[in-house]
Amino acid sequence: MTRRVAGQGFAFVWAAMVLFPLLWSVLSSFKSDADIFRSPWSLPSVWHWDNFSRAWNESHIGRYFFNSVIVVTGGVLLCLLLSAAVAYVLAQFEFPGSKALYYVFVGGMVFPGFLALVPLFFVVQNLGLMNSYLGLILVYATGGMSFSVFFLTAFFKTQSKDLAEAALVDGCSHWGVLFRIMLPLARPGLVSIGIFQFLGMWNEYLLPLVLNTDENRYLVTQGLANIAVTQGYHSDFSGLFAGLTISIIPVLAVYLAFHRQISAGMTAGALK
Amino acid sequence: MHHGKYRFVIGLLLIPLGLYAVFVVSPYLQAFPIAFTDWEGLSASYRYIGFDNFVTLFHDPVFWVALRHNLFLLVSLPTVIVTLSLFFSAILNYRGGIPGAKFYKVVYFFPSVLSIAVVGVLWQFIFEPRSGLLNGFLRAIGLGDLANLWLGGRDTALASIMAVVVWGGVGFYVVLFTAAMAAIPKELYEAALLDGASPLQSFFRITLPLIWNTVQVAIAFLVIGALDQFALIKVLSVGPGGPGDATQVISLYMYTNAFSYGKFGYASAIGVTLFALNMILTLLTFRLTRRERVVY
Repeated sequence: MTRRVAGQGFAFVWAAMVLFPLLWSVLSSFKSDADIFRSPWSLPSVWHWDNFSRAWNESHIGRYFFNSVIVVTGGVLLCLLLSAAVAYVLAQFEFPGSKALYYVFVGGMVFPGFLALVPLFFVVQNLGLMNSYLGLILVYATGGMSFSVFFLTAFFKTQSKDLAEAALVDGCSHWGVLFRIMLPLARPGLVSIGIFQFLGMWNEYLLPLVLNTDENRYLVTQGLANIAVTQGYHSDFSGLFAGLTISIIPVLAVYLAFHRQISAGMTAGALK
Repeated sequence: MHHGKYRFVIGLLLIPLGLYAVFVVSPYLQAFPIAFTDWEGLSASYRYIGFDNFVTLFHDPVFWVALRHNLFLLVSLPTVIVTLSLFFSAILNYRGGIPGAKFYKVVYFFPSVLSIAVVGVLWQFIFEPRSGLLNGFLRAIGLGDLANLWLGGRDTALASIMAVVVWGGVGFYVVLFTAAMAAIPKELYEAALLDGASPLQSFFRITLPLIWNTVQVAIAFLVIGALDQFALIKVLSVGPGGPGDATQVISLYMYTNAFSYGKFGYASAIGVTLFALNMILTLLTFRLTRRERVVY
């Protein structure tokens, strides 16, 4: 019994350590600058909702958020589309070189991103895609392909070929089989990998730092980091906390709504 | 029929393969030749200089400092994160799950869904010496002497950043380990209990051996992750990389060389070295953590 209580105690302490900084930042986002410094521990004496509008408009968090949504949505959808096409072919068809092709895609997982960073910068620059949504979307989508192809190939392989063959015999085209039968059946796999890629791309920091240097195109991660760095000069701490809260709350809300699929999807990547 | 099949296969593969070749394969392949050039600045002209970049790197004191910091993270991060995660997983799974185990798992996972840059900015405030949460907390409970410069102190900067990595990392591995533990048949624990085994004994004799594969994957992930540490250090450290290279790591040094100094050849040589280290460490980790696979 005492062991159980001790266990509860430890579990609770870690939960507090995780939650406390997050709560603190949410509370601070409602305070005035003076309040943040004078009493970091108390509830706000006056609830300053204006911090949020200031962060959203003056610090451009709203625009950064919009940029992030466009790039990440585009990146995830394109990545799923490209990877599903490749994975379907690799799982269902045998042709000369199909094994080699599989390793070309899956091999990408072994290489650290830093190795490709300098050449990638010039590839994107030479294509005229620096500081563009399209450039980031293409880089994100292709960067996610290795793992997605690996995951989805395994997924498509578990699906029986009988249904596809029956449809072919009945005169359905290969495209029809893909879009009417195989992709709908693969939905759970596509959803897991989509969530996995979404979180990864939403968190990406290095690639936009290198490929996206125009302040108007900043993503949330870049924008926040930048505001924090230049904070010393503006000293609008409450506004920064509000920005922080704006970028924490929606992600946590999405997570709470889908937490089962998300933790399953993220850890599935590690267990494969 | 066959004709249609090949047209279909080519039609499906053409665009994905083309984009993958341009944005993934070609950059990786180009990285190696660039590492052997003296390419600097934005000029397009460069010469091949053989292994000169690697020789320079070998004599570059900053590189060795960075490597030492990476090695420190490489040992400390897996050790601390895996130990803590196993500890909390065992607690949450104790006797088929303590009350609130589900809630704890959801909360522990929070930092894993937050962007690293957001986590970095948040902790910048926590470590802030004057009005930050940490020093405020220490003063409030009468331990004001322990209040520190944290990120601004030469001796505390790297450890502070490491603590943030631990804070952010434990939840993910708790979810991973508890999932693996849930798959262990309950009868094994019941039998052990009948034989008079203590909870500690059941953990080391039953739980750990049976989830070892998962632990091994976790260690490999963390070892490679320790080489890839970048975003948190870029956001949190003074400089970044400071104070006085106290938090310099290989990836940051490569980034700075490429995009602040424009030394693209030298940066690529650092990238190739990082890649080689990555390969060696991955193989080494799997070799060192290999054990007989337990089947149940």
